[in-house]
Amino acid sequence: MKKTTIISTFALLLVTGACKKDSAFLDVPPKQVVTSDVAFSDPNLVLSILADLYNRVYDFSGLDNGWASFADFSESFPSENGSYYIVQRTGWDFGSWNTWDYKYVRDLNLFIERATAATKLTDAQKNQFIAEGRFLRAQYYFELVKRMGGVPLITKSLNYDFSGNVEALQIPRAKESEVYDFIISEAEAIKGLLPVNVSEKSRATPAAVLAMESRAALYAASIAKYGATTPQVSLPGGEVGIPASSATGYYTKALAAAKEIISGTAGNYSLYKQLPDLSDNFANLFLDKSSSESIWVEDFKANGGKTHGFTTNDQPFSISDEGLDAGRLNPSLNLVEAFEKLDNSYAPMATKDGAGNPIYYTDQLDMFAGRDARLAGTVLLPNGLFKGKRTEVYAGYQLGNGTVISSSDATITQDVPGLGKVQVVGKDGPVNGAEFRTQTGFYIRKYLDPTVGSGRRGRGSDVNFIRYRYAEVLLNAAEADAELGNYAEASTYINQVRLRAGLTTPLVLTAANYFDRIVHERRVELAFEGHTLFDMKRWRIADAVWDGNSMSVADLVANIGKATKRSTQPFGLWPYKYYNPGDANNGKWIFKEIKPSPVTGSNRFLLGNYYSRIGDDVIAANPKIVKQPNQ
Amino acid sequence: MKIKFHHILIGLFLAASGCKKDNYDAPTSRLSGRLVYKGEAINVEYNAVPYQIYQPGFATKSAIQGTFDPDGNYAQLLFDGTYKFTIPANQGPFMWKELPAGTRDSLTVNLKGSQTVDIEVTPYYLVQNAKFAATGRKVTATFDIQKIITDANAKNIDRVYLYVNKTQFVSGGYRIGDGDPPSIAGSAITSMTNLSLSFDVPTITPAQNYVFARIGLKVAGVEDLVFSPVSKITLQ
Repeated sequence: MKKTTIISTFALLLVTGACKKDSAFLDVPPKQVVTSDVAFSDPNLVLSILADLYNRVYDFSGLDNGWASFADFSESFPSENGSYYIVQRTGWDFGSWNTWDYKYVRDLNLFIERATAATKLTDAQKNQFIAEGRFLRAQYYFELVKRMGGVPLITKSLNYDFSGNVEALQIPRAKESEVYDFIISEAEAIKGLLPVNVSEKSRATPAAVLAMESRAALYAASIAKYGATTPQVSLPGGEVGIPASSATGYYTKALAAAKEIISGTAGNYSLYKQLPDLSDNFANLFLDKSSSESIWVEDFKANGGKTHGFTTNDQPFSISDEGLDAGRLNPSLNLVEAFEKLDNSYAPMATKDGAGNPIYYTDQLDMFAGRDARLAGTVLLPNGLFKGKRTEVYAGYQLGNGTVISSSDATITQDVPGLGKVQVVGKDGPVNGAEFRTQTGFYIRKYLDPTVGSGRRGRGSDVNFIRYRYAEVLLNAAEADAELGNYAEASTYINQVRLRAGLTTPLVLTAANYFDRIVHERRVELAFEGHTLFDMKRWRIADAVWDGNSMSVADLVANIGKATKRSTQPFGLWPYKYYNPGDANNGKWIFKEIKPSPVTGSNRFLLGNYYSRIGDDVIAANPKIVKQPNQ
Repeated sequence: MKIKFHHILIGLFLAASGCKKDNYDAPTSRLSGRLVYKGEAINVEYNAVPYQIYQPGFATKSAIQGTFDPDGNYAQLLFDGTYKFTIPANQGPFMWKELPAGTRDSLTVNLKGSQTVDIEVTPYYLVQNAKFAATGRKVTATFDIQKIITDANAKNIDRVYLYVNKTQFVSGGYRIGDGDPPSIAGSAITSMTNLSLSFDVPTITPAQNYVFARIGLKVAGVEDLVFSPVSKITLQ
């Protein structure tokens, strides 16, 4: 009886459970896929799609692209055994720096189309999302055009009709100028659709749009103007190269966009001036997330899943939070000596007096006194302060008779006459070939996070990467203004940036000096922010600066401040402790210019490097794509 | 499981039969030659002047790439077939025939077995009669320059350099000495014959009592230099 009940109950359950329609049983909506109708019905879901698109913004140097994305172009030395190739190669492959991510473009186009078609969002929400999508698309086209020149300009999603004929999908390259025109017109169209909000740093704002427009127009203008000096870098169809006649028009647009930010209509942005010490102030500009200077950033959050290892990779060796993980990115003397003296003059680091005798310094930092405050803000100098400790950088003892006593590591002591066995090199270097500590005498300070634990691999750092900032906008305005002949107004823009760096004597730009001055100002203000390559390319001086000739010290200290000064190999400046008891200079420091021994190559930028190679796979799939010049 | 004799046999059989049909033989036909102008070799920089070989008739089109040796030689191992040989635009210190449509001319090569094909080009200039001599550690070069292209396409000389290196690879990127190499500006050249340049060879580590040298001529507006043949010089 009992058994029968149980069996019949089960049978009943089975029968009732099976009584579903086939269609109801088989057509289960997938739980892991959200359809676009659903996704675009709720602003929070749209925002999460948009977050992915923001996350895929493509940067040249980026804090999450790895420290090596900052390391090239002789502005720094890579102190890591696996990365010496950067200073040992004799140039760059034609494929370097290329990008061709049309998957991202398609995702952006789909986002814009779906947001436009959405029915359950308010108009205000739709406008905001569409404008952000268009901003990101223009930003990626900017990234494409500065690396590849004119590219296929695809502004709607393309779909294959399975007819066997793909010709409709094979779109030829647009002219380089057309891509820049597209970026400028998109910026003009969307700047009014976004709300003005100075505290919004990581999403599109009118100021971010205008900053992009101003930079893009400036690039187009300088390619038009200076492209004339390298006529070989052009294609007959205009895919590469912009006619010189359009330079003035682009400069005017660059200036207008920059002025719109400066005038405050896009929000009240200003140069960061919070700390009394100008160097600390400059370093803090990159650490302060609410800085009034940053316009558009890539934001990070510690303990929130988005962090980077920049501080872990580049912290001073002896102050490292992570044992042997430190000191990879060493700014070069080439960059350090480019920072001017406070009277606006250029001078090499004073290592020797007129008679060729070494100059003695009581404190290592005295060597760098009286220079542009941005030097100590960008570079962690020998004996510089980080996390409350000072770096210990010296390459050895120099005795009165000129003998140098050194060793391969701080823990390996040497006999110094009169002192016995002592430590003879600094814990932070420099020793040739000793990785993870400086080999140039300098560490990086920009972006280096002084927060407790920021140097640990597990925690990481959450310092922002600033993509557009107000100082660059001022420099864009200065450059465009000077190129248009308004030197007086250009001087007022450049001098605002210089005043913040402690250069109180106003600079007077003239037709004769403006080009060198603008090139120099961008180099020191925007060092390690991903500008070097593209600036050198658009001014068409990359092949002169990186001409492939190796450098001597005489080369290094000559022509500082000249735009086309050769910079093919990174140099270092090594301090030595002078030991000569009884001498007035005993215990003081002397400095020597050194080419670190791993530096064996010299950078040579070929005409074929001006535009990165388009892959054979791309050309094979779309025969309408023309090749880059000189390749 | 114990390994028995027939297991080994099966293993051997598998190994022996495994790599048969599915593999192609490696290409064996050697296409080689050199850059010449009227029989005279044109010397270029190592790894600087590229050439491209296309095999038409396939769906996808991408080139076999290579660069000329410093003495102007090139060589590729290819399958038999029809190829088109070309040099990309603005490469090399010479003129390459342009077709009216603005595209580059190409040379058709029917390859059947190994073959030598010299590439005839017209350089802007040639460095001739280069002689090198050493006094102590000072290397002195004397040479003549011949202007080949004199019509509307003629270009001026930018600079003429003397390069010295430890090895046979001698050019701007492969030389001893820092800074600018010894050179004469094109504007300072009044006579095209009996020009002279000299270079004090610094100490070489590890020590060697010979160096290699050659003259490089940079044509204004042309990226690649044309060189004299490499010469080995014994230092006294």
